[in-house]
Amino acid sequence: MSQWLYIGLFFVVGLIIPIGAIGVAWILGPKKPNPIKQTTYECGMETVGDSWVQFKAQYYIFALVFLIFDVETVFLFPWAVKLGQLGLFAVIEGIIFILILIVGLVYTWRKGMLEWA
Amino acid sequence: MDFLQDPLKIAADWLLGIFTGWGMPEIAAQVLIGFLGVLILLSALMVLDIFLVWVERKVVSRFQDRIGPNRVGPFGLIQPLADIIKLLIKEDTTPEGADRVVYNIAPLLSMMSVLILWAIVPLAPTMLGVDLNVGALYLIAAGAIGTLSIIMAGWASNNKYALIGAFRQVAVMVSFEIPMLTVLLIPTIFAGSMGMSAITQNQDIWYVWITPLGALIFLIAAIAELGRAPFDMGEAESELVSGYNIEYSGMKFGMFYAGELLHAFTFGGFWAILFFGGYRFFGLEQVSAFLAVAVVVFKAMIGYWIIMWIKYTLLRIRIDHMLAFNWKFLTPLAFVLLMVTALLNALLADAASWFYISIMFLSNVLLGWISLEVARVYSRRQREKVEGPKVVEVAHH
Repeated sequence: MSQWLYIGLFFVVGLIIPIGAIGVAWILGPKKPNPIKQTTYECGMETVGDSWVQFKAQYYIFALVFLIFDVETVFLFPWAVKLGQLGLFAVIEGIIFILILIVGLVYTWRKGMLEWA
Repeated sequence: MDFLQDPLKIAADWLLGIFTGWGMPEIAAQVLIGFLGVLILLSALMVLDIFLVWVERKVVSRFQDRIGPNRVGPFGLIQPLADIIKLLIKEDTTPEGADRVVYNIAPLLSMMSVLILWAIVPLAPTMLGVDLNVGALYLIAAGAIGTLSIIMAGWASNNKYALIGAFRQVAVMVSFEIPMLTVLLIPTIFAGSMGMSAITQNQDIWYVWITPLGALIFLIAAIAELGRAPFDMGEAESELVSGYNIEYSGMKFGMFYAGELLHAFTFGGFWAILFFGGYRFFGLEQVSAFLAVAVVVFKAMIGYWIIMWIKYTLLRIRIDHMLAFNWKFLTPLAFVLLMVTALLNALLADAASWFYISIMFLSNVLLGWISLEVARVYSRRQREKVEGPKVVEVAHH
């Protein structure tokens, strides 16, 4: 049987277990909603305004930097797997690639993108 | 092959005989057996998860000089079952204005992202879900589903605390994924494979001896990925009450809570597999598959205990400090470590093993020391920029 079929089974069972637990709780639990109970929790204060507002752009910059590094690190995995057979030349090549990555990090750093302004 | 060596295969063959005897086509029988196996493994994990609630509460009590649960059953062991009954009969409230679909999917994904990680955990030489050849990438991919569930929960609750908590947690998680990915490359280089089973089998010497710094960076990144103290600004209870899961009640909250505990245990397990030999312990794994499972669970428990120890000892750090620590210290360090390891690994390919191990160990220690020294000099310069040069006091007698 294919490996990915097993992974699929793990996904299915991994969903069945929490659905079962929440389903049992839904059957057993009381259901007495009222308007006060359904309000948004804010330590007893009346909620002012909507929560779905434009958010601090700082998180966006970090996510962008993350995305670049994440994609480039994935390129390194095939290199790491075959490193034992490829010898010193491939190691040097990989190191040059990582150095280019680090130049990117230094550039971001110097640009002040890593500061929490 | 006797039962102690390979119990899964014998059980599967036995079941296959029964199911095909009932006139079931062989492929359907195999899928059914796979389904039963996965169900048994994950149910066992959920039972373990219940036990972990007790472990966590007992350990935190001891750290805070309390006794902890000790009333319900011997040593309070039945306490988590009472907690579950309470969670089951709680009313499940949904705040008005919440995005109901996303709000209800988030706890399911949170639990699932942890459970599917166990697909690639090698419990014994013959016992593992899937020997995936891209195990390291699968580990990261499953973690990304957990990140997704947190942002879903925070956004769908329509609550400002939840939204801020989710954004912070996600900032932590995506940042620390870079050092974690980089450090995952190091066992991959040593083993020549991304598969967890191959990595375990290649550890004739535990990888922690040839890359102690890598093991340390993985632990730090794992704690950040879990959102545990000192990286728990996502649920900083003194400012955000409880972060992304604030609007959840009853079993939906229970799923987040249980998922978090099991996630910590799972990462303790991955730490053991990647750097501490997994199920290998002086040939004990050859005796019986059950002993191998006991070894890996024991090692995972120790990893989990260390994660708890750090959680209850350190204070929460501020989010800007945390991000600076990651991007300006841990990420460059992880990349430099990767380069040094790859270079030394190639240069010392033909060296004697005692020489290889000692050079690897010393290079890691040296690198750690240099990086701490650089960080110290840098922070002193930053401090002097604000406070002026430090006045050296002349000793008076």
